[in-house]
Amino acid sequence: MIITLIFMLAVMITIGRWLYLNDLTTKSWAVEGIENMPRAEIKLPKSKLGLFVFITVITGLFSLLISAYYMRMGFGDWAALPDPPILWLNTAIIILSSAAFQWAQISARQLNMRRARIGLSLAGLFAVLFLAGQLLAWRQMTELGYFAASNPANAFFYLITALHGLHLIGGLFAWARTGGKLLRGNDTSKIRASLDMCTVYWHFLLLVWVALFSLLLAT
Amino acid sequence: MVDIGNTDIDALPVAEVEEADLYHAKSWITKYVFSQDAKVIAIQYSGTAIAIGLVGLVLSWMMRIQLGFPEVFSFISPEAYYQFITMHGMIMVIYLLTALFLGGFGNYLIPLMVGARDMVFPYINMLSYWIYLLAVLILVSTFFIPGGPTGAGWTLYPPQAILEGTPGSDLGIILMLVSLALFIVGFTMGGLNYVVTVLQGRTRGMTMMRLPLTIWGIFTATVLALFAFPALFVGAIMMLLDQVLGTSFFMPAIVSFGEHLEYGGGSPILFQHLFWFFGHPEVYIVALPAFGIVSDLISAHSRRNIFGYRMMVWAIVAIGAISFVVWAHHMYVSGMHPAFGFFFATTTLIIAIPTALKVYNWVLTIWRGNIHFTIPMLFSLGFIVTFLNGGITGLFLGNVVVDVPLSDTMFVVAHFHMVMGVAPLMVVFGAIYHWFPLMSGRMLHVGLGKVHFWITFLGAYSIFLPLHYIGLLGVPRRYFELNVGGTPADFIPASVGQLNAFVTVITLLVGVAQIIFFINLFWSLRYGKKSEKNPWNATSLEWQTPDMPPGHGNWGPELPPVYRWAYAYSVPGFATDFIPQNVAPSTMPGLENIEDG
Repeated sequence: MIITLIFMLAVMITIGRWLYLNDLTTKSWAVEGIENMPRAEIKLPKSKLGLFVFITVITGLFSLLISAYYMRMGFGDWAALPDPPILWLNTAIIILSSAAFQWAQISARQLNMRRARIGLSLAGLFAVLFLAGQLLAWRQMTELGYFAASNPANAFFYLITALHGLHLIGGLFAWARTGGKLLRGNDTSKIRASLDMCTVYWHFLLLVWVALFSLLLAT
Repeated sequence: MVDIGNTDIDALPVAEVEEADLYHAKSWITKYVFSQDAKVIAIQYSGTAIAIGLVGLVLSWMMRIQLGFPEVFSFISPEAYYQFITMHGMIMVIYLLTALFLGGFGNYLIPLMVGARDMVFPYINMLSYWIYLLAVLILVSTFFIPGGPTGAGWTLYPPQAILEGTPGSDLGIILMLVSLALFIVGFTMGGLNYVVTVLQGRTRGMTMMRLPLTIWGIFTATVLALFAFPALFVGAIMMLLDQVLGTSFFMPAIVSFGEHLEYGGGSPILFQHLFWFFGHPEVYIVALPAFGIVSDLISAHSRRNIFGYRMMVWAIVAIGAISFVVWAHHMYVSGMHPAFGFFFATTTLIIAIPTALKVYNWVLTIWRGNIHFTIPMLFSLGFIVTFLNGGITGLFLGNVVVDVPLSDTMFVVAHFHMVMGVAPLMVVFGAIYHWFPLMSGRMLHVGLGKVHFWITFLGAYSIFLPLHYIGLLGVPRRYFELNVGGTPADFIPASVGQLNAFVTVITLLVGVAQIIFFINLFWSLRYGKKSEKNPWNATSLEWQTPDMPPGHGNWGPELPPVYRWAYAYSVPGFATDFIPQNVAPSTMPGLENIEDG
């Protein structure tokens, strides 16, 4: 559980620091009035703050999974997997997906909606390709006889990739909604906000994937 | 710590979307069924939680009947008994208390108390409720499937949870795990709302340190839940795979019914770590909202500011933080390294410090207060006493040497029912009596309320004090039957049977007596005395809405400005004994005389 505890410590330090920097020491019974009140500001739109909280929660989820991974490794019957080469290809694809989102986001900020549309389409395409690649990796593994039930290392491989994939599928719903806004030609500020959120989430899932893939490579 | 995405490449500032207009329901269905109004969602959450809680109550009767009058009712087989135990625990802890405090009170009170019109993400809030309802329905459905619900105990420990021989080890446990996973998904959606609304939805002048303690409790509990529930989620998914795909995350090599199973190498202890990493914070997920609410009730009903507000806030935050490093005190008998036992015993005793501080502050708030023995106050006092009792036995059990002999006895059952069952329920009842006028515009009947309080309070003690005693005698928990061939086992005195029968009778009576509460609830809804505005003369914002009950959007054209903290009771030099948070100092004579402290 060390990894989870380190993560929790980081979360607590962040929260504690925020509380301390703001007004946790105010003598609220002595201070009246409304002017110059230290209202603890978080300079983020609500939706983006919501996304960051969500991302932190998912980070917690994956850190628990990694903790469990290391604990289960210690029980002796662990037989490490070969690292299927296709995972390198998939990693490249998910990097491209993230890059395409970044490009779309930058284009939208420069109010170039045509390029934003291309970027968004590419990002979605690469994301779907990544998922297909993961499925292919699964098939290769089962064809080689690495079934989920035959070793905990295999079971963790399927579990980790599946959970990551599910989060990406969830992201694709947000992607579709953003795409809808772009196609309908909504208010640009709304489109930009949606793109911002998706880009952050995509980069996050890329980071999670890199962490998980390194874990698979290292063990 | 999550700084991704805030790149500096943009020439334009970050796109800030204007706050979407409040969602207005267009039809009856979107107003009352698929509602996005936090107040309606709160009532849906509460109604569902209380309904499933009543199922949990009936299950406890079944268990008590078996313990009090063994071999009298043939329909309670050993299998059924274990199913009752399991479902009772799971329902009460997760589907009733967690959902009621956070989904129910959280949804109702957060927007009103921080001065917002609604939660920040109303649509996600609505989804949260419907996923919760789905989780509850799946849970209930396990009563009707072949094999019945799981009988693995509420902790669902592997390997027995998924092995043949345990009731419901097939479909029962699968649906249980699916239901839990759904609950967690639904809760996370709600939790995002509660956290972001408290952080970003506060009205002008409402600083964090002016929030009522109710909000601090619910806010901190939500943060805990957001980080604790994923542990249960991971555990549930892994066990699901063990059961369905035959993986061996938690399953060691096992011979079952003479047959060598396919499993091997896994560790049940791994599940225990995941489960209790969730399970202990869960205690505080239930307790912290109760702490917060009871602070506000005590302050309002003894007309005195809460004693040591800052410390109360710090204590809530400290308890929240420490609650993540005490989990293995549930595992002293799992054979873990004694050094770990020492560590977790120490943290367990440390967490008692901020908790005790809160108890002192409640008592000091009442001290020399102008105490009104209203029903909410009675329940609050009941809570303090009960929580203290339950907390003290917690100190016993937190020590390894005391816990080892007491582990798996009725003493543990008595301890956690006092601290986590009776105490939070006292707050739930107190809170309902307190906020019912706000929700309905009518008062609950006082006489019926008093009868309800005294029966519940004295009844709870008649039930759980004897259980402490028989636990000390060594009566084990989870046993279907203490008799061996008709006579009690050697190590159990014969009088235990009589005490058990007494406890069972009281349990049935107290359970039935809750009808008084429901009669009061439904009768008062129609015929109760009309409540004036702000009937308790409370200071916090939820009582200051233009309409009572508050309408859609809570506030009039403008959000209320906040000028002071939520505990301006009995301020010297002022005509009334309370000053609402949103009353400007300039508009009320005498207010300029407020002195510090």
